[in-house]
Amino acid sequence: MKVKINISSEIVTKPILAESIVETGVLLNVSQAHFDRSHGEVVADVLEEHFEKIRHALVSRGAVVTRLDTPIELNEDECVDCGACISVCPTKVFSMDKDYSLLVDTSKCIQCGTCVEMCPHNALALINNKHA
Amino acid sequence: MVKKTIHEINAKIRDGSVNVVTAEEMVDIVAELGPEDASREVDVVTTGTFGAMCSSGVWFNFGHSEPPIKMQKVWMNDVEAYTGVAAVDAFLGAAQLSESMGMEYGGAHVIEDLIRGKSVELHAVSHGTDCYPRKVLDTSLALADMNQAIMVNPRNAYQKYNAATNGSRQTVQTYMGSLLPNFGNVTYSGAGVLSPLSNDPDYRTIGTGSRIFLGGAQGYIVGQGTQHASADQFGTLMVQGDLKKMSTDYIRAANFTGYGISLYVGIGIPIPVLDEEIAQATAVTDADITINILDYGVPSRDRPVLCQASYAELRSGCIEINGKDVATSSLSSFKTARRIAAELRDWISRGEFFVSMPVENLPADSSAKAMKETGGVSLVSEIMSTNVVTIDKDASVYKAAKIIMEAEFNHLPVVSGDNLVVGIVTAWDISKAVSQGKFDLVEDMMTRKVITAKADERVDVVARRLDRHGVSALPVLNNEDHIIGIVTSDDISKLFARRH
Repeated sequence: MKVKINISSEIVTKPILAESIVETGVLLNVSQAHFDRSHGEVVADVLEEHFEKIRHALVSRGAVVTRLDTPIELNEDECVDCGACISVCPTKVFSMDKDYSLLVDTSKCIQCGTCVEMCPHNALALINNKHA
Repeated sequence: MVKKTIHEINAKIRDGSVNVVTAEEMVDIVAELGPEDASREVDVVTTGTFGAMCSSGVWFNFGHSEPPIKMQKVWMNDVEAYTGVAAVDAFLGAAQLSESMGMEYGGAHVIEDLIRGKSVELHAVSHGTDCYPRKVLDTSLALADMNQAIMVNPRNAYQKYNAATNGSRQTVQTYMGSLLPNFGNVTYSGAGVLSPLSNDPDYRTIGTGSRIFLGGAQGYIVGQGTQHASADQFGTLMVQGDLKKMSTDYIRAANFTGYGISLYVGIGIPIPVLDEEIAQATAVTDADITINILDYGVPSRDRPVLCQASYAELRSGCIEINGKDVATSSLSSFKTARRIAAELRDWISRGEFFVSMPVENLPADSSAKAMKETGGVSLVSEIMSTNVVTIDKDASVYKAAKIIMEAEFNHLPVVSGDNLVVGIVTAWDISKAVSQGKFDLVEDMMTRKVITAKADERVDVVARRLDRHGVSALPVLNNEDHIIGIVTSDDISKLFARRH
């Protein structure tokens, strides 16, 4: 399963992730990470049975942990099958069918949101990532 | 030799015996029969394209209010339209942004909302005249309430268009979509095999007056589009059609993150097959049309061309740039382009749409000029200080400090015996030397890597250099590398303050 870990600016300099991993022994597979002056945000894979353990460790250190269990959603009324999303997706969620219809394989989605910005028709949305 | 006239073809459309195929279907027909037999067999080839066309908009006539108003400014759903014409006429540009919602909503969305049957809020202001006394107007109008809503698009249906990638280290947000750093992706636009002008590259049948498919309705070509550059196969079209008859299947608002708003416009153009040369031209394939791939990471009009690729290569999903496989995305919808070509084919087969010859041909050898700029180009020579004080590299730190204090500036270029610049010293360098207890020679504490400028360079170019290197002054050198002045960020600030 995927989790999103948000780290506020006050604690962004502390090794929260490393401490939590060392304490719990739970492995996190980080698929994306972004840090700037205002905050840090990490998206990672973790085994379902380990989620509560690592969540507790992270939350006790001040992080906010969100379960990412809803992959990208395509609004077919807005989509015009241009394929703009195809080249920005890091995990090849999108492809073109033989008849040039857009194919979406949501099982590959790591919920990074790059395609949401790219789509000229606002046809893609990530429910979990909107306001975390 | 096959020779057909437009009247013969229209007679066949009328009696239902016309043979119409799409430009994609025509490829195989010409390959199988050859152009001569293909031109005997096929009467009309239909094309189609559906992509972002910012240079689009609608002329409205709203009807007169009571008392009447001569609109001076008008907004539709808070998006300004141009009304510097008669009283209640206005042109709404697709790319105009909402004054309250910014890039979320714009002219293209107003156009789409109107086609969907929604009403829009109209707000207009005027100074009031004897004949048009009203000064403010607010009402809500749907498309059916307007006298006319005529789509007039100054530049549509580019013959082909350059593809985009990004060689810089940051993502750039462009009208070609998000371009990922280090050549992370490529985006392109255009219908290739179905592109209207690529199927008639000599503009023999496409020109002023040609009847076309526009946004799901019948429309017309006004003539050449703006920036029509036929000499480089970048022809464009100005088109018009009745918005009231259009469909949101073929007219769609679009938001490009960080860039703004555009309108996806669906255009289909029929090409009457008058002879075998036209048949041959309509057999063009994706592989035959090659475009340049430009580096949009360079923020300049003259973006570097990195390589070339055909529409066939781009459509494969991946091309090679500098030995690396790069994923490609189309921004235009090939599926919708196909639907347009097929729908136009069906209209003609059913006798609902007749083909026409242009009353005027499009210009054959035109090119698009760069802008002539008369104001605002400032050169370094215009703003640099020429009374520049220098110091010898063998002078003492104390002497350097004294000169800086007396001359009241922060940068002291260091020269060698032959008057060549070998370093630069700032007040900060001196503070640093003092704090470290170094009071020896200027040479030992100067910055050796000096970033310089030339007198005939543009100020904006030099400003970017200052910023990139994190410095605040550049010695200006002549062609013999002798110092002739110094330009500082203060000089640039003053220039900017004067202008605005």
